[in-house]
Amino acid sequence: MHVSSQQFKRKAAEALANPQLHKAMSNLRARMVTGRAQSILELDNFETIREAAKQTRDFALAHLDYLLEEFERNATARGAQVHWAETGEEVNQLVLDIARRNQVRKIIKSKSMLGEETGLNHFLEAAGIEVRETDLGEYIIQEADETPSHIIAPAIHRTSEQIADLFHEKHKLPRKTDIGEMTREARMILRPHFLNADMGISGANFLVAQTGSSMIVTNEGNGRMTTTLPRVHVAIAGIEKVLPTLEDVSFILRLLTRSATGQSISNYLTFTTGPKQLGDQDGPEQFHIIIVDAGRTRVLGSDLRAALRCIRCGACMNHCPVYQNIGGHPYGWVYPGPIGAVLTPAYVGLENAVDLPNAATLCNQCGVVCPVKIPLPDLMRTLREKQVERGLRPWSERVGLRLWGWTARHPTVYAWITRIAARLGRWAGGSARLIRHLPGGSGWTGERDLPSPEGRTFRELYTARAKRHS
Amino acid sequence: MRIGLFVTCLVDLVRPRIGLSALKLLEGAGCEVVVPATQTCCGQPGYNSGERAAAQTLARKVLEEFALCDYVVTPSGSCGGMIKAHYPELLCEFPELEAEVQRLTARTWELADFLVNVLGLQDVPGRFQGTVTYHDCCSGLRELGVKSQPRQLLSKVSGLTVTEMATPEQCCGFGGMFAVKFGAISARIADQKCNDIAGTGAGAVVLGDLGCMLSIEGRLRRRGDTKTKVLHFAEVLAGATDDAG
Repeated sequence: MHVSSQQFKRKAAEALANPQLHKAMSNLRARMVTGRAQSILELDNFETIREAAKQTRDFALAHLDYLLEEFERNATARGAQVHWAETGEEVNQLVLDIARRNQVRKIIKSKSMLGEETGLNHFLEAAGIEVRETDLGEYIIQEADETPSHIIAPAIHRTSEQIADLFHEKHKLPRKTDIGEMTREARMILRPHFLNADMGISGANFLVAQTGSSMIVTNEGNGRMTTTLPRVHVAIAGIEKVLPTLEDVSFILRLLTRSATGQSISNYLTFTTGPKQLGDQDGPEQFHIIIVDAGRTRVLGSDLRAALRCIRCGACMNHCPVYQNIGGHPYGWVYPGPIGAVLTPAYVGLENAVDLPNAATLCNQCGVVCPVKIPLPDLMRTLREKQVERGLRPWSERVGLRLWGWTARHPTVYAWITRIAARLGRWAGGSARLIRHLPGGSGWTGERDLPSPEGRTFRELYTARAKRHS
Repeated sequence: MRIGLFVTCLVDLVRPRIGLSALKLLEGAGCEVVVPATQTCCGQPGYNSGERAAAQTLARKVLEEFALCDYVVTPSGSCGGMIKAHYPELLCEFPELEAEVQRLTARTWELADFLVNVLGLQDVPGRFQGTVTYHDCCSGLRELGVKSQPRQLLSKVSGLTVTEMATPEQCCGFGGMFAVKFGAISARIADQKCNDIAGTGAGAVVLGDLGCMLSIEGRLRRRGDTKTKVLHFAEVLAGATDDAG
């Protein structure tokens, strides 16, 4: 997928000026944040499970070599074909090769963020194959020719009114506004595609080493149909998605759905273990699993490794005050919000996403809700340090911080400068005691006032007090 | 009991009244308070901007300045959080400092936390006529567990009623340099806080961090709200506000 993270500021400004987005995003806090808060109360040991999930994910990351080979062995034993891809281009080519070998003309897809990373849909379409997204949110953005703005709710940036307009335009049917009716309409349009597609592509929430299964967590049933109806199925998964056992999957699921949508469990949990076996009623004749690196081993060997624990629940973005206000598109690549601010520079290069690690208040709301305890603010700070080391910060910022650092190390100079600043600020604040325009500080005073200093520093007042007392 | 007051750079420059209020509360509770004269900044602006070396120098300076105090108390959740939650990582390249860093983090307290959990303060001198709402500052809340302490203390202020806003734990949008680098996003986040405060009908929002204070007050005033006061809990507890009656 094209990376436009360097346009973060411009796109964020556009997002802030978009009342439709504001309206659509207001659902996020109400639904996801409240939903999560309520559903974790169902568990009396949520924090214990969270710690266990973190440790299990860390264990898996520390034993990827062993677990992935175990996965391959078990999947192959059940008749699946396991492929390995080092880059996104290799993923696309592998999928195309499989499609060509099987005379595939139409593909139905269940949601895959990894597919977004590699730009799979456009690649396959350019090769003359029809690709249909079947997750309702993904379907909407495919019809609108947009990119997902959320990892589990890809069309969260659109209001139902906008979707009604889109369906009316694309489906050429009477405009509907009732969400249930719109969903039925999309289902009616999609049904023939499910039935006549030659191939299904899904992502994977987890790969289970013990059984060689790939598994997906869905709510709409489209994932189940994508993995079972077409004669060929391809699952694509990052190397970090492997978990040792079914037990591990089942306890981590208790956190995943609650953290994501506030559900105790999703409507569908689909485990695919090998192709259709003798006696099976349905299932694909061929089952391919593509296991993908695409930058992950590089992250594994870096100080950002904790980010690979991510189980893609989206809680960090749902709870992020920045994401809540600008949505996912300004982040400019596949993963938005706090996890995106870490993964994007890690996968596409720090120099291609300079604003992202800085576009956070470090409030740590993301860190405290993350079901696998990824220390997101710490990782963003690590990336900020790397930017300084690599000279990626503007010179004005560097000079400013150097000056601040030097002054703060020299208390006598510091005392004089603050003395002057306190008086100047008091004068500039006038009778309202508010500075409306700060020269060089328009970032602050563009949209808020700066309360003026009282006029004398604490240091001065304290010295004066000490003199009075003696 | 010798207490070192870490005033913080923003209190020193912008609202010295808060530092004096903290002094009044601590001395009123019978503590011996020293204010190391050479103190400047905890290093947080550098730390959060990726200027690790500059932050390390300032952290080492704090370490030396407060070496002789039994406790270090600061009227700021974010500066307290910087010392307690981040100095160990920031100074991990200096193993020779490890013991001293541990000693400092164990002795450092955010003011409300200290007044409640170390001093067990029962009475406060402040009086306040009216209703206030409390904003939980992110660092104090999530790094130091400051949540009930300031509310407990405010409940002892004669005449004061606390009414909770809908989402007191939601960030105000400050984030240090974030508020300057991404001013428009920051202001939009602050808007939610302003709406939340307005929803309570309280005459004042009380909090425990200067950054949030500047952010919230600045946005309230720009929106045309000249009435709602923005106060540090230390001012209220010490009776240093105009509403002390």
